[in-house]
Amino acid sequence: MKILIILEDNNGKIHRMGLESIVAAQKIAAGLNATIGAVVFGKNADALADEAAHYKLEEVVKIKDSLLDNYSADGYAEAVKQVIEQEAPSYVLFGHSYQVRDYAPKVSAKLMKPFLVDNVAVKIANGKAVFTKQMFNAKLFSDIEPNGDGPYLISFQSAAFSSEAANKGSAVIKEVSINLDSSMIKTESEPPFKEEAGGLDLTAADLIVSVGRGIGKEENIPIAQALATALGAELASSRPVVDAGWLPAAHQVGSSGQSVSPKMYLALGISGAIQHMVGMKGSKNIVAINKDPEAPIFDVADYGVVADVLELVPKLTEALQ
Amino acid sequence: MKIAVLVKQVPGSESPLPINSDQKWVDESAVSYIMNESDNYALEEALQIRESKGEGEVVVVSLGPVRIQKVIREALAKGADRAIHIQMDTVSEVDPLSTAAYFVNALEEENFDLIFSGLQSDDVGMGQTGVLIGELMNMATASLAIKTEVGDGNIKVKRELEAGWFQWVTLSLPASISIQSGLNTPRYPSLKGIMGAKKKEIKVVEPNKNVAKQSLEKVYLPQSDKQTVMIEGSVDQMVEKLINAFRNDIKIF
Repeated sequence: MKILIILEDNNGKIHRMGLESIVAAQKIAAGLNATIGAVVFGKNADALADEAAHYKLEEVVKIKDSLLDNYSADGYAEAVKQVIEQEAPSYVLFGHSYQVRDYAPKVSAKLMKPFLVDNVAVKIANGKAVFTKQMFNAKLFSDIEPNGDGPYLISFQSAAFSSEAANKGSAVIKEVSINLDSSMIKTESEPPFKEEAGGLDLTAADLIVSVGRGIGKEENIPIAQALATALGAELASSRPVVDAGWLPAAHQVGSSGQSVSPKMYLALGISGAIQHMVGMKGSKNIVAINKDPEAPIFDVADYGVVADVLELVPKLTEALQ
Repeated sequence: MKIAVLVKQVPGSESPLPINSDQKWVDESAVSYIMNESDNYALEEALQIRESKGEGEVVVVSLGPVRIQKVIREALAKGADRAIHIQMDTVSEVDPLSTAAYFVNALEEENFDLIFSGLQSDDVGMGQTGVLIGELMNMATASLAIKTEVGDGNIKVKRELEAGWFQWVTLSLPASISIQSGLNTPRYPSLKGIMGAKKKEIKVVEPNKNVAKQSLEKVYLPQSDKQTVMIEGSVDQMVEKLINAFRNDIKIF
């Protein structure tokens, strides 16, 4: 049995979620007695292959093709489809990155094989793998099994595994070729660009007060700001607050915003959607105040307070002053 | 310009979600439903395109049991021209390839220029239906769209990448686009829209046959290995305990 990991390029280095999927692959390989191959491609394929070769894998499969130098959903999906056909793995693992969300479903459709997404854990029992996924915005967990013959495409949520747990070793690099044609690519992409985040670097903040939809309305934002000021903390938010226009995008923490790991993350009225949690799970101490005792944020919180933010926070601010 | 918008009815964020005794699904009779958040943005984007072009048709397409006609009516009240309801029981339906195949079967003969879908559903959150449908219908696809500009025979889409990066992608039509929340301000239905929606067509179609390629074994409450200290009492007591935790345990001052 073989497991294939598709590693994503992050400016010449393996994307963090790729390292995490190495850990997942090593866990599944131990349980199912499988070998592991890692696939790299794109303009930085050489550097990625060298980096991947330092992990405990059987081999690194390198694809060099100028049509993969820049990302396109069609080009990447076709490349991954062809390498799956050549390597015949039982499982194909991805990090659940934004790029993977954009092209991996196409691989699933091309092969008519299932894509089990955004898993937080894997359990091995009776010679097969069962995957755990959050549902209903992380309020419930589910166990999902692929049906029929593989290969099965599997993605793992950011931080489902710790990249530090990846076993080191040395792997052979093998270069393979695929057949790509520019006519396969139905889109035209412009170069990626970064939008000015307004100069707010939350990643360096020691203390963060973060506000979610539970704050109710824009007029209540100063209540959270006052607490942040009293604590000497930066003010952050979840996505719905930014979408509603209550705070600029620079304040957003989560998969589409900044990833933070402060000494204390104080979440006010944040329910704890997956997209938010992946950006703050690494905080040293998480304190959550939310009036809904079932809010998923309490599953990751070190300290939880079931209370109305609008009632509690002004008093907390006053006491701190 | 003919645009299909895929809309899903999902539990509201405050809805109870009691798990059935067989642990296969939640008790739907206890659930309060709403239109999936990102689908609402997708619908608004389609309506704005039709309005700015001054022509075209927006068709809302939804899969599920009879109860989903509530969100179909809501979409019609907001301004969709007509609807297609693929009527079937979708309890514990977690196979995106089957879901996509049901839609392809219903959409195929309509020759849509654009298929809009929300990025992901707030229930099972598979986040791939729009891309699967596009691929199965041999269309160009793009996900995480946060801006759209319809051109002559194409659509230009601003895509969200990670950590504050973006990219413009041009797709020739027909195309299937998955829409990210927040790209516009969804409208509320007007009274005139609500009245008018009653006369609009909802075409009910039978699902075709598909074999699920992934299945749900069980649902359960999250198991957290984290020991959460719950701070309780009156508001004044909670304030005092929080400040003690800040000082003595987290040591922020």
